[in-house]
Amino acid sequence: MHEIVIISGKGGAGKTSISGAFAHLAKKAILCDLDVDAPDLHLLLAPKHRAEEAFISGNEATIAPERCTACGQCQDVCRFNAIVEKDDVYSVNPILCEGCKVCVTLCPAQAIDFPDKHCGQWYVSDTRFGTLVHAQLFPGEENSGRLVTLLKQKARAIAEEQGLDLVVCDGSPGIGCPVISSMAGTDLAVVVTEPTPSGLHDLKRVAELCQGFRSTVAVLINKWDINPEMSDEIEAWCKANGHSVICRFPHSRMVVDAMLVREVLTEFENGPLSQQLKKAWSDITAMLDTK
Amino acid sequence: MIYAVASGKGGTGKTTITSSLAALWNAPVTCVDLDVEEPNLHLFLNPAITSEDKAYIEVPVADEEKCTLCRACVDICQFKAISIMADTLLVFPEMCHGCGGCLEVCPAGALTPGQRELGEICRGSVDDSRFIMGRLRIGEAMSPPLMRLIRQEFPALQEQGDILIDAPPGVSCPAINAVMDADCIVLVTEPTPFGFHDFKLAWEAFGPLNIPMGAVINRAGMGDDSVQNFCRDNDIPIWAEIPYSRAVAEAYSKGEIITKSLESMREPFTQLHSSMKAAARSKTEVQHA
Ligand code: SF4
Ligand code: SF4
Ligand code: SF4
Ligand code: SF4
Repeated sequence: MHEIVIISGKGGAGKTSISGAFAHLAKKAILCDLDVDAPDLHLLLAPKHRAEEAFISGNEATIAPERCTACGQCQDVCRFNAIVEKDDVYSVNPILCEGCKVCVTLCPAQAIDFPDKHCGQWYVSDTRFGTLVHAQLFPGEENSGRLVTLLKQKARAIAEEQGLDLVVCDGSPGIGCPVISSMAGTDLAVVVTEPTPSGLHDLKRVAELCQGFRSTVAVLINKWDINPEMSDEIEAWCKANGHSVICRFPHSRMVVDAMLVREVLTEFENGPLSQQLKKAWSDITAMLDTK
Repeated sequence: MIYAVASGKGGTGKTTITSSLAALWNAPVTCVDLDVEEPNLHLFLNPAITSEDKAYIEVPVADEEKCTLCRACVDICQFKAISIMADTLLVFPEMCHGCGGCLEVCPAGALTPGQRELGEICRGSVDDSRFIMGRLRIGEAMSPPLMRLIRQEFPALQEQGDILIDAPPGVSCPAINAVMDADCIVLVTEPTPFGFHDFKLAWEAFGPLNIPMGAVINRAGMGDDSVQNFCRDNDIPIWAEIPYSRAVAEAYSKGEIITKSLESMREPFTQLHSSMKAAARSKTEVQHA
């Protein structure tokens, strides 16, 4: 089974619009939105939930005031400054609590409970392009990568069930924990970048990460015509580092116009932009076939 | 006062807005890049970096000789950073959150504090203002500990003037951590369906912090009016609308600060700056009342 992840090193590079188009072009694939913090793919794919489950991860300390003797030890041991004291009443600031259990273990009065934490919901849905596995973390929850891993496993299992051998993932932005989880076990990473100083900077970082996972890197330069010199520089860097540039995509209002009517670009127009994306997609599948 | 520039999602122009504000800030200010996964502010501000210090988190180191395999550390560790396999104690420093629990509970004194490199903290200056950024080591999965180290310096920095934070994108725990100390949050968004969706999430996530918040609509005119309507219906002040223009996009792609390179941008950003100051003041006044 093959797995393609579309990532960008930074958000807003057009990753989700490109993922949407690839989801359309992929035909027989399971789709997966790994941007669990701020997922957007569903806005284009209008999923109908087939199954929904709670995502439970970690725990949160809560002080039971009737058992607490206000000795203050929990405040001393909490390294995350999550225990607040006001007028001799101790409580836990849930935003700061890392769920490390240290206060729970060390409280002499056993006054601290440690319930499971419900961090979000995840879904298996039907879309016009096939099955989509996606999720939504509750605001402020730790984007730990565990949910990303869970979604990927689920997507693979469903692909197997349906006899499909491709999973196309809209990856997480950044280079932190969720991306690391996005990349694990992936054959090919399509890195969407923009010709800006941060674009190249972030591309370098994310490409290094991909190499750590031995994933092939294919680069798509979005809005290349905003800064042609920088696009050349990015292309030269890719060449020097053995990454192929599969597409130079122009800046176009049509990307937003398609978004406004909730279509992916390859559905919205059948002109040069779509042709370019189709060509990029066939290059990507050719790269997979050689693996 | 502490000001945070945040966005529900990357790519909305948060760093452009932060750098543009920094360029016309009329009081002593420290610009802080807390987007430690992808620090980009320095690419626009071009600070003279005067120091680069490695930053560490405390992780346990085990002494096999002393360990009695009692499992107390394994039981307390919520992050699977310690385990016992075939009568050997294994520590996985990269999983450790540095809570210190295992060190507290080990009855045999077999664990001592060691360290894992998180990344680096760079300091410098731009004209009259100070600059600090964190940069996460590639392969390091946790950004909050590095952000925490930088945030610890805020009280001292505040004595020297304002703090302007470029926050990480998103609405999960790093983003909340970054804006938590602020007296005012600027939410940067785009008037597109993606932008609007992420804006609502951010509004929901930051709302409970009770920090004055206002919106900056970047690339106004490129999509629809959903964000504007939502702001009107929910009493969210719109502090600035930066019209979509190719000149701005090109200036940005060259790493230019738009308030410096485009005359027409000075006015909206001066306005934004005074709205932010007024909002932050209103917060402190409420607290003192
Ligand atoms: S350690 Fe336990 S008893 Fe002491 S203040 Fe904390 S919660 Fe209360
Ligand atoms: S569980 Fe850990 S982080 Fe949470 S309050 Fe207790 S000691 Fe602090
Ligand atoms: S310090 Fe905390 S997270 Fe790290 S190994 Fe010890 S118990 Fe686990
Ligand atoms: S708590 Fe100390 S003695 Fe017990 S298993 Fe852990 S390191 Fe070994």
